[in-house]
Amino acid sequence: MKKILLIILLIAVYQTFNSLLPNDYLPSVSQIFESFLKNLSGTEIYMHVFASLIRILIGFSIASVIGIVLGLILAYDQRLRDLKLYIELLRPIPPIAWIPIAIIIFGLGNPSSYFIVFLGAFFPIFTNTYFGAVSIPYIYKNVVSSFQISQFSFFFKILLFFCLPYIFTGLKTGIGMAWMSVIAAELISTQSGLGYFIQLNRLLLQTDNIIVGMILIGVIGNLLQKLIEFAEKKIIVWN
Amino acid sequence: MIDIKNISFSYPTNNYIKEKHILADINLDVKNGEFVSMLGRSGCGKTTLANILAGYLVAQTGSILINNVEVKKPGKNRIVVNQENDLFPWMTVWENMKLVKSNEQEINKYLKLVGLEDCKQYFPNHLSGGMKKRLSLVRALVVNPDFLILDEPFDSLDYHMRETLHLELDRIFSSTKKTTLLVTHNIDEAIFLSDRIIVLGGMPTSIVTQFNIDFPHPRKSNIRTTKKFIQYRNAIKHSYV
Repeated sequence: MKKILLIILLIAVYQTFNSLLPNDYLPSVSQIFESFLKNLSGTEIYMHVFASLIRILIGFSIASVIGIVLGLILAYDQRLRDLKLYIELLRPIPPIAWIPIAIIIFGLGNPSSYFIVFLGAFFPIFTNTYFGAVSIPYIYKNVVSSFQISQFSFFFKILLFFCLPYIFTGLKTGIGMAWMSVIAAELISTQSGLGYFIQLNRLLLQTDNIIVGMILIGVIGNLLQKLIEFAEKKIIVWN
Repeated sequence: MIDIKNISFSYPTNNYIKEKHILADINLDVKNGEFVSMLGRSGCGKTTLANILAGYLVAQTGSILINNVEVKKPGKNRIVVNQENDLFPWMTVWENMKLVKSNEQEINKYLKLVGLEDCKQYFPNHLSGGMKKRLSLVRALVVNPDFLILDEPFDSLDYHMRETLHLELDRIFSSTKKTTLLVTHNIDEAIFLSDRIIVLGGMPTSIVTQFNIDFPHPRKSNIRTTKKFIQYRNAIKHSYV
């Protein structure tokens, strides 16, 4: 109920703001609603949503596997920790700044957007996993050494599970970053996806469609976040 | 037999922290099957000594022999039960035990010993503070160590739970005759459980005095109100430095 009221409030604020603008810069709520229904009854918008989701699925999956494995290994083996310097140097560069380089290396199309999604998701996943793993309490390490638990068991039964809450924090931040990155990449380097849909409608001056695209980005981004939260609840059952 | 010879320990220094000499020339023998308590004020270095015995810290001087084998690193022949909860919260009771011992019959035997046989599928967070302590204790016992080190294990528990666990620990000790070293600052706890009490004091810490506690095992709760118990308590109180 509260959520519905907040949405109504948002619509009212938009409508009020829109009525204050001198020209028809922005579409009215009813125009957006009409456009929304029109898009949903067609097939094109689904194709764009699907294209964005496939990109995020591929880029985010690669980032998750590499981020988690690298985070755990660098924390586990102190000799490798210096390698973190490279990651620390690259981390502050926003994924969008990589787009020109990605296009030069991978060309226009999917591979460069996978790469941008990867960059958006990798750093939060890696950083959270790494700092989770290095913060493992000494008391657990003492148990491991006293009971002479094998390093294999330590890595897969203790370190990995201890890090899971940190990993999920990284995944939740990462999915948000990945979603923002895929939209940014699609604005420039692809011929499909929600980013491309917005860009195309900007050129056609279809502001109602632009806002429909933005709403879908917000809703889908939120659903992706909820999906990770759902997985977290299903996996971290001991809390 | 545990033979502790001339143990001295200082924490490492740096530009900001001056050298802190914690332990000085600690000498102690613990016979097989004996329950010994180390009693001292908070911060006197009891836990440091327990960590040296466990092999987590290395003393600057001296040596520790367990059944004539020198302690150089942590090992299964001596297990520490901590004040802090050291169970793995993502593993069930059964998995916590299975991690350290593969023999399922033995695990069942020890879980039964502390009344946790019906809680095998519970996660530690589903257990009470007392049940967690019992689980830590049997996880230590199931690997059959030569020497059990209890580092203020009951400190975080309320009075009634502590009393219950004292009785339980004494019952377990009486049946297993496991050589045990209890680190505590609780005088009554030390008297109730121990065959011998070592009082630590001074700075750097050394052994001030020792008391033999002459109550047969298994002990009953009512010994706490006996004249002998009160005499032990007063004598120990006055020996504190």
